[in-house]
Amino acid sequence: MIAETQTQPSQRYTKKDLVADHPTWCPGCGDFSILSVFFKLMEKRQVPHEKITCVAGIGCSSRFPYFVNAYGVHFLHGRALPFATGISLMRPDLHVFVFGGDGDAFSIGGNHIDHAARKNVRMTYVIMDNEVYGLTKKQTSPTSPVGFKSKTDPTGAVDHPINPMKKLIAAGATFVARTHSHLPNHVMEMMERALDHDGFSVIECLSECTEFFPGAFDSANPRKGGQFQLVPPDHDVTDEVAAYRLALAPPPGYFGVFYQVKRPTKNALEAGIIEQARQKIGSATPQELLQKTFQRFS
Amino acid sequence: MSESVSRPLTDAVIRFAGNSQDGIQAIGGFLARLAGRTDKDVMTYMTIPATISGGPSIFQVRLGTGEVLSAGDEVDILVAFYQHSYQNHIATLRTGGLLIYDSDAVQPEPNPTRYRTLGVPISSLTVEAIGGTGKDKGKNMFVLGLVARLFDLDLPKLERMLEDYYRSKGEDVVRRVLGAFHAGYAYNLGQLTEDYRFAGAIPRGDRPRVVMDGNQALAYGAIAAGIRFGAGYPITPWSTIMETLRAELPKYGGIFVQAEDELAAIAMACGASYAGYLAVTGTSGPGISLKSEAIGWAVMAEIPVVIVDVQRGGPSTGLPTNVEQSDLNLACYASHGDAPRIVIAPADVEDCFYTMIEAANLAREYSCPVIVLTDQALATRVETFEMPDFSKCVQDLSPTFEPRGPNFKPYANTPDGIAHHAPPGTPMVDGKYPVVTGLEHDESGHPASRPANHVMMVAKRRRKLQVLAGRLPKPEVYGPPEGNVLLVGWGSTRGPIREAVDRARAEGESVSAVHIRYLNPLPPGLDEIFDGFPHIFVVELNDEGLYGYGQLAAMLRARYCNDKIRGINKTDGLPFKVREILDQMRRKLSGLPVDVSAAIVEVGDEGGGG
Ligand SMILES: Cc1ncc(C[n+]2csc(CCOP(=O)(O)OP(=O)(O)O)c2C)c(N)n1
Ligand code: SF4
Ligand SMILES: [Mg+2]
Repeated sequence: MIAETQTQPSQRYTKKDLVADHPTWCPGCGDFSILSVFFKLMEKRQVPHEKITCVAGIGCSSRFPYFVNAYGVHFLHGRALPFATGISLMRPDLHVFVFGGDGDAFSIGGNHIDHAARKNVRMTYVIMDNEVYGLTKKQTSPTSPVGFKSKTDPTGAVDHPINPMKKLIAAGATFVARTHSHLPNHVMEMMERALDHDGFSVIECLSECTEFFPGAFDSANPRKGGQFQLVPPDHDVTDEVAAYRLALAPPPGYFGVFYQVKRPTKNALEAGIIEQARQKIGSATPQELLQKTFQRFS
Repeated sequence: MSESVSRPLTDAVIRFAGNSQDGIQAIGGFLARLAGRTDKDVMTYMTIPATISGGPSIFQVRLGTGEVLSAGDEVDILVAFYQHSYQNHIATLRTGGLLIYDSDAVQPEPNPTRYRTLGVPISSLTVEAIGGTGKDKGKNMFVLGLVARLFDLDLPKLERMLEDYYRSKGEDVVRRVLGAFHAGYAYNLGQLTEDYRFAGAIPRGDRPRVVMDGNQALAYGAIAAGIRFGAGYPITPWSTIMETLRAELPKYGGIFVQAEDELAAIAMACGASYAGYLAVTGTSGPGISLKSEAIGWAVMAEIPVVIVDVQRGGPSTGLPTNVEQSDLNLACYASHGDAPRIVIAPADVEDCFYTMIEAANLAREYSCPVIVLTDQALATRVETFEMPDFSKCVQDLSPTFEPRGPNFKPYANTPDGIAHHAPPGTPMVDGKYPVVTGLEHDESGHPASRPANHVMMVAKRRRKLQVLAGRLPKPEVYGPPEGNVLLVGWGSTRGPIREAVDRARAEGESVSAVHIRYLNPLPPGLDEIFDGFPHIFVVELNDEGLYGYGQLAAMLRARYCNDKIRGINKTDGLPFKVREILDQMRRKLSGLPVDVSAAIVEVGDEGGGG
């Protein structure tokens, strides 16, 4: 009973049609570039306008849906993934995009990543990692490097940071990639491959917070004298151990697709369970089914 | 009450006491289903130990030929499997009642005068009948046979039920089950069979009757309502609802997800609802605490979602397998900020079914969360009710995607305040698409923190429930609309409260009752009803609180400024007995302190007695 929407050919649109409120981000914030890549991707792929759906938690990055003229949801801090799961499972006609920050993803929402990943729910999750809490004005984030001075660590962060790539691979995500908002062409390539992936695709996108952690990713930015090190061409993306090895590289690490495998999606598995159940009962209507069930209780 | 068994009976309360591995629940289950197939009503009462591994367990069933309102205060027949069963439960046997005990395992006091006894070598006769060494197995079927004989129950029907039920376990099992059952049925009960015969049945409507427990009725109610997505996390006593939905929803094209925690579950439900498929989630008290943040979001974003709370004893892990009505405040207020939502409480098993349909419709109509507040007693008790007319109650809630706009506003400040969302996939003719959000927003969904806007939006979200309150039916008074005492109740206590009214009136007291099904918002007309009585007691399974009033009593006092409202409360984790309600009522009316006992917490007394 999970209906497809009527797919009447919707009109071609351009990036301009997708622009909504002017972003409230600080000038120079890395998140701008991810937004414009997203516009470009939608324009290129012409996902029907009424089917573009963006979900976010809370944070600077999570304001993303307001800036896209499309269906959008601004949900709770850390809980965007289960919300998107509800949409994705009931609406196979949509490809849901989830946007959020490192705190949203790896701190308050940490548990949800594991389960969206292991269930392999079809969606694309873009984690805009600035290694700091931006919205709440510079507290330590779970990805802040040791020694980072924040308002909650005035003498420097002491807790070991999470390695996003390791966590995502371990959780069972079936598409795991890493990119850098200063290199929009690379962001575009990763987003497009994520969109084409049938399953839970997740991208960690380093995205500089110019306000509270300026220069955090200069070491990977060629324009700032850094080195943008691509995943070696001979890397086997289906090799989990090799993916870990890439993830273990010291900062700024590698960029590209670390891991990609095919595994049945939760969407497909649930559809299979429905299919199997329906085969047993034939064409009975809900009313007939309930009647039959209740006869067993009489 | 000390009259001996009078013939013919209109109802009988039987308590089976043993250990959980004895399959005592199975005896109750078969009796219940048998009752559903004949013209008897049944209400069962079950306690299961919190430690599932074994230990004392009881099952109480009240069989009646009329409408059975409560599980029965006192036991007419106690079946004791062990010495501890006998010792722990003999006090519940009423004067003149019958103790049936396994004479292989129980030694009762010699020559009791208060009750009759019947010793049956249950263990050895069972072993004799079906052989084997597993002496714990089969005794339940022997006892079922014994009870069938005692009450002259429908033998062929019972045999068929046993065969049907055990067929899947193999012929050998069926043979042993029937062997034990027949051995019990063959036991010579002598004169006793004359004493325990039911009066002729009261004719029922034409529709067949069904027998199920509250959680089953609730799960199927959700399906009939048209709900096709659910998510939850296991917790007693909610788990059986999600288990049923997980097994059943796929047949209807739906999905139920076991989420990683309760917050994720409500998030998934909100997501599915947003996507156009009204969803259900549920839990017991501790899980509502986790869901609270998202309840606030659904209120703010005006997204419909149905949330079931099967209350158990709290706070914290509390009494996982006992009943309490102590989540009312939580249901009405859980979350942060001003977050109006709808709260409904079903009164019996049948009502669980229809309440879910109503909850689904209210959630959609008012675009907000609806909490269905049930409890452990209702979840696990088995009742018979009339087969629903599915041609009238089965709904299709599939979304539609007709184009909207121009100028579509998801949060338009209309007179009734109700939001009308469009699920993704709905084309907007002006090309402008909406965002739903937990930030305060303007009519189009844009974040807006302007003071006047927040004032307007807070009022809008409140106003829709005020509109609903005006549309709710005025509650009906059970008994005369004027009198001395009004008992007020909500949820699963409706049956015992009504029986208390019947009993008090039979004894010449002027007592009526009103049942409040809609707890937030409250229905209209309660103040007029209250005017008809000088004494108003709110009967609740929760604590009298810091100021002497239970949770609903406190709400009603705040709502109506009526100082006649007092409470009848208890916190022993068990359903109200009719006698407990009447005792507290009478003592309070006479200004006496309420007995402090294990079963009843003393209630602060306004009468000044002490
Ligand atoms: C339950 C809850 N706790 C805390 C907050 C406050 N809060 C909002 S965003 C945020 C952290 C944001 O950091 P991140 O997710 O990295 O996003 P960024 O702003 O850096 O993009 C916090 C702590 C909240 N909104 N809700
Ligand atoms: S605070 Fe940082 S993350 Fe937030 S908008 Fe400004 S630059 Fe971007
Ligand atoms: Mg951040």
